[in-house]
Amino acid sequence: MGAEFFFGVEVFLNGLMAGVMYSLVALGFVLIFKASGIFNYAQGVMALFAALTLVGFQEGQIPFAHLINAIFGTEIHHFGFEMPAFLAILFALGVMILFAILVEKLILKHLVNQEPIILFMATIGLAYFMEGFGDLMWGSDVKKLNVGIPQGGNFWIEENTAFLGGDDFYGFYLDTLDIYATVIAAILVTSLVLFSQYTKTGRALRAVADDHQAALSVGISLRSIWVIVWGIAGFVALVAGIMWGSKSGVQFSLSLIALKALPVLMLGGFTSIPGAIIGGLIIGVGEKMFEFLIGAPFLGGATENWFAYMLALIFLVFRPQGLFGEKIIERV
Amino acid sequence: MTADGRLIGDTVMEMKNITLRFGGVVAIKDISFDIKEGEIRAIIGPNGAGKSSMLNVINGFYHPQEGEVWYKGARRGNLKPYEIAHQGIARTFQNIALFKGMTTLDNIMTGRLTHMKSGLLSQMIWAGKAEREEIENRELVENIIDFLEIKSIRKTPVGRLPYGLQKRVELGRALAAEPSLLLLDEPMAGMNIEEKEDMSRFILDVNEEFGTTTVLIEHDMGVVMDIADRVVVMDYGKKIGDGTPDEVRSNQAVIDAYLGVPHD
Repeated sequence: MGAEFFFGVEVFLNGLMAGVMYSLVALGFVLIFKASGIFNYAQGVMALFAALTLVGFQEGQIPFAHLINAIFGTEIHHFGFEMPAFLAILFALGVMILFAILVEKLILKHLVNQEPIILFMATIGLAYFMEGFGDLMWGSDVKKLNVGIPQGGNFWIEENTAFLGGDDFYGFYLDTLDIYATVIAAILVTSLVLFSQYTKTGRALRAVADDHQAALSVGISLRSIWVIVWGIAGFVALVAGIMWGSKSGVQFSLSLIALKALPVLMLGGFTSIPGAIIGGLIIGVGEKMFEFLIGAPFLGGATENWFAYMLALIFLVFRPQGLFGEKIIERV
Repeated sequence: MTADGRLIGDTVMEMKNITLRFGGVVAIKDISFDIKEGEIRAIIGPNGAGKSSMLNVINGFYHPQEGEVWYKGARRGNLKPYEIAHQGIARTFQNIALFKGMTTLDNIMTGRLTHMKSGLLSQMIWAGKAEREEIENRELVENIIDFLEIKSIRKTPVGRLPYGLQKRVELGRALAAEPSLLLLDEPMAGMNIEEKEDMSRFILDVNEEFGTTTVLIEHDMGVVMDIADRVVVMDYGKKIGDGTPDEVRSNQAVIDAYLGVPHD
């Protein structure tokens, strides 16, 4: 087999790992949508905000330094110490949980029984508020995030796969960060699934996703479930923020990864956790392979920008509920 | 003591002059009645009489504009439905409100939520209290599954079950809460005779074996007269009769409501 074939395999593997990153973002959407029927437009901004907060803690930035300086004429920026990555992640997680509590108290509580479109609009407002708030708190400059995950091509894999393809093949080039992301995402998803299957809170989460009234009647408080769901979504956003932030820096464009999650959701269905995973993988592999096989040779390249959306659109026409979504059948 | 030797105890719940309005529509008008420990108390009446509304008042989905609800000797404030569930009131729904994506076993396990106290952290690592609690409660749930004869569908998602079995699972979920007060909203609606007989037997067995106080809404008069100890009859939101099945059966207002009266 020639080098061409193995190059194709490499593209496939890279597609899989890119797909994992998409799944990570899509997962946050699915969690909230399942439990509360809200399409959370702010999920991408939550990832940005979580990453900003993480960098801020790590570097010992003083929150709202800009604001304080402007009001009091001071010149403060940093506390002057750096926090270890592990501790900073815990603190950032704490902030995301606090955020979940505030969202419930200040927004969701007042919008119980409202139309989905109104809840959707509320999350749009929330997204833009958080974007501004994050800037105000931590500054709007591009930041580098390093929590100690190694980056760059993995030489071990490259050297040990070089023998496969003969003289023209130099081994698979895979980014170590992507490999870490894949493993972490796999652990995250597995533990989420186990948690929802085998604990009482997990069962309560699924119950609320299925039927609010019945959930109330067995003694589940919807409000505390919402806090938990948004907290978990915040945690997923933090993980996504760490991965994407380590890859391409923490900056505004990080929030746009949410747009990449949309085709994943259309493909996988809004209500299915496995759907988010499989959908992400299909999109990741699909767009890389399409570019490799058709895009670059015949269409002049850059098909990755639109391929996912086109695939999702085709899918919508034939299977509106997505691969794993529940088909809604209403009695006439 | 009833004829079959069951023990009817003190008043568990007392509804005092309940009035419930939706805007200008009066769903329940100045109704009072009591529920005694260990009895099967039926609420009957034609469609739109306000029976389901009454059940919703008892379990807190609705809060009446006037009147008082007394539960276990104390006046109950306007609690949320989930708080009332924690006080030991469980219910089923007229149109079945199960968690359709979950299995029979999981559905009935949700009925145990009010009895499970482990913290979030211990659940996350599935150790200590969380693990113990799961196992203990699982045992009780398996007993209920045995009792209701639904062993063969333990792992089936309930959305796929036929109607009659869904009703049975819903009863199981309510029983899992070991309620002091069990509310059943038309448990036999839409069932065939055989299914109705099964369901009647389960309701009677539960009441006899565990002494569960049961409030029952039912359309099938035959069933109600057979299994209820006392019956409240409602019509157009008002109470028109209250007493044992025999008393109610011979009550002229009740007969008129059911058969209609010629207008003079």
